[in-house]
Amino acid sequence: MHLGRVIGRVVCTRRLPGLLGEKFLLVRPLDEKREPCAEALVACDAVDSGLGDVVHVCDGRESVYALHDPYVPIDATIVGHVEEFAHEGPGPQIGVAESAR
Amino acid sequence: MKIGRVVGTVVTPVQHPAYDGRRLLAVRPLNPDGSEASDRLFIAVDRAQAGVGDRVLLMAEGSSVRAIVGDDKAPIRCAVVGVIDEIEVDGRVVFPER
Repeated sequence: MHLGRVIGRVVCTRRLPGLLGEKFLLVRPLDEKREPCAEALVACDAVDSGLGDVVHVCDGRESVYALHDPYVPIDATIVGHVEEFAHEGPGPQIGVAESAR
Repeated sequence: MKIGRVVGTVVTPVQHPAYDGRRLLAVRPLNPDGSEASDRLFIAVDRAQAGVGDRVLLMAEGSSVRAIVGDDKAPIRCAVVGVIDEIEVDGRVVFPER
């Protein structure tokens, strides 16, 4: 499970029947300093996320349990909106204002 | 399981119901000697009452975590399952630093 920011969306009209109705978002994984730390990935959305949101992504087999149908080929789902990320040491903390930006 | 250090806490007011009442920690994976591993930052459910700065055992596998949290169909993959007291490599204690 990782921290990330929604940087875009992916639209594909022709898809597997089990994936109908799912929203695909592009998520860039973040580290504790809020810097991008890995390649962007495509994730389904279980909590109605939007562009710029800081989110909590569940990956792997478990990600499908957040969706309506648990037998779909999905390997990442957004399961939470991060409102606050308190970390030790200097550097920006993600607060409400930052998350909403 | 991985070795990690808790670097922060995560608050998610809007979340999947399986996470209700669960504390989320941000965990930075470490090598046994304490240097940062190349892995990404993990978010994990706290099952060991760990706090920021603690060296912890991170379970990042899935089905075992679902067994721990007691929900077979929970979208939860990572959990902090222990707070580490000591790490020994080749007969030498590398954590805590003496």
